[in-house]
Amino acid sequence: MNDVLLSAQRLTKRFGGLAAVNEVSVDLWRGRIHAVIGPNGAGKSTLTHLLSGDLAPTTGAVVLGEREVTGWSPERISRAGLGRSYQKTNIFLPFTVWENVRLAAQSRAPHSARWLARADHFLSTNENASRAIELAGLADRKSRIAGTISHGEQRQLEIAMSLATAPQVLLLDEPLAGMGTAEAERMVQLLLRIKPDHAIMLVEHDMDAVFALADHLTVMVNGQVIASGTPAQVRADANVQSAYLGEGVQ
Amino acid sequence: MTARKSHLEVLPRSLQMLLAGGLVLLIAFPFIGTDFYAQTIARMMILAIFAMSLDLLQGVTGLVSLGHAAFFGLAGYALAFLTPDGEAVGLWWTLPVAIAASGLAALVIGFFVVRTHGIYFIMVTMAFAQMVFYLFFDNKVLGGSDGLYVNFKPAAVLFDLEDKRVFYYFTLAIMLVVYAFLRRLLWSPFGRTLAGIRVNEHRMRAMGFTTFRYKLAAFTLAGALAGLAGYLWGAQTGFVNPELMGFQMSAHAIMMVILGGMGNFAGAIIGAFAFEYLLLWFKDLPTIGAVDLGKHWQLWMGLFIVILVTFAPRGLLGVVERLSRRRGDSGDE
Repeated sequence: MNDVLLSAQRLTKRFGGLAAVNEVSVDLWRGRIHAVIGPNGAGKSTLTHLLSGDLAPTTGAVVLGEREVTGWSPERISRAGLGRSYQKTNIFLPFTVWENVRLAAQSRAPHSARWLARADHFLSTNENASRAIELAGLADRKSRIAGTISHGEQRQLEIAMSLATAPQVLLLDEPLAGMGTAEAERMVQLLLRIKPDHAIMLVEHDMDAVFALADHLTVMVNGQVIASGTPAQVRADANVQSAYLGEGVQ
Repeated sequence: MTARKSHLEVLPRSLQMLLAGGLVLLIAFPFIGTDFYAQTIARMMILAIFAMSLDLLQGVTGLVSLGHAAFFGLAGYALAFLTPDGEAVGLWWTLPVAIAASGLAALVIGFFVVRTHGIYFIMVTMAFAQMVFYLFFDNKVLGGSDGLYVNFKPAAVLFDLEDKRVFYYFTLAIMLVVYAFLRRLLWSPFGRTLAGIRVNEHRMRAMGFTTFRYKLAAFTLAGALAGLAGYLWGAQTGFVNPELMGFQMSAHAIMMVILGGMGNFAGAIIGAFAFEYLLLWFKDLPTIGAVDLGKHWQLWMGLFIVILVTFAPRGLLGVVERLSRRRGDSGDE
């Protein structure tokens, strides 16, 4: 069991009377991609927020590594080894690609509060940033302003920023949203590259990508899990077929 | 627009030349100008230090404080309290004490205010500054509405601040040191973190930065530097009153930073000089018929800033940068 890096146990989040997430349990394993799918409003993003600390669960627990992190602030959970990307691109638009990732890497450096040294003179931070940029396939975009690169590249940048914080667990909220076929294919390749070292939760609508990537699938509808298992099991599940997948997916 | 361009974090060569030219003028001024104007310039330099301290919050971190003058005034009062009636007090210990007093006040107030965001931050900083203002305004022990005199300028062992020329160069040196320090800080890990908070605090937190601590550190440092300016103000004018901590003083500092151009400290200096110069110029406007134009200087200042911000949101530095670029000088970005 020690390869379960993140475990969500019966998480519930209520907004007034509405349970946006209702008794959801998810385990994320190192080297595996766990996809969470479901129609809009199923509670996938809320679940992501609960795991990252952006929202506190009403009931239930989140265990990250060996520690229970339920109710921790996002920055504390981040430092405990969780990285995430956002459904809506959330980067530093006026900064260069390099500075976006360097800043992310700097968050892990003990020198982050230093006042008089130049920020770009710290070798280990620079190396971590370079590695993340390389891994995300953005090496030739380093000096571009983040706001001026393509949408697909901005999504890659999101991931590079998460990687630069050296997380064990990655929560990726629709990394393929709004991407063209070529961009989507590049993102799938990127996710396969980073998969071996991370426990990844992938929230995604692109079913081709989901079935290409996922080792495990959880299907949510109206805040609840209606099916969970390997892609083959989920595909065969009658509930899922009627509730969500429909006939478009074979 | 990029951070470098919108905030001119990297100063193009044209602006660097302009600043260097300005520095030469400042060094030469006591020899070419009258005593009266040298004192005016010294006051501008003090306000420039004050404006730079605010720029650290406003331009770099994105925290618009409407109460920054509280820390400016506190250090001035600290000097007034520490100076005995009949003799001068030592500069080398009262200056650090005054700065520490302002810094400590900023640390305590900051502990509450940097938790808030946007409009609430503006409101709460203003509320705290008003509290400090009325604390001094209403208490006779603290000087009351009349304020306090600083009968003697602080005594420095190495030089005589009563000598106006010495005071001038002392102020100039401090302004340069503060500028160099803040420019260096801008490119440090701490400075980059503050810039990240300005652009996207949410993302900074998601990456593991405890933004509260960084904002509190910036608020404290800005308060301490405002205190440095306030101390010099008290020493120069020989007088402190609650208006130094008042709303108007805070608002003027914001206008100085906007006027010059935010986020690079050079703009704050230029803004402080320009603001004070315009202020004198508007106050000197003649009386035409029954209308005393000079009396309504605030109206003209307001109009000027509205027009400037509308057409040149990057302030005077931005205007200069654009003009020089048009002439084909791309600078060293």
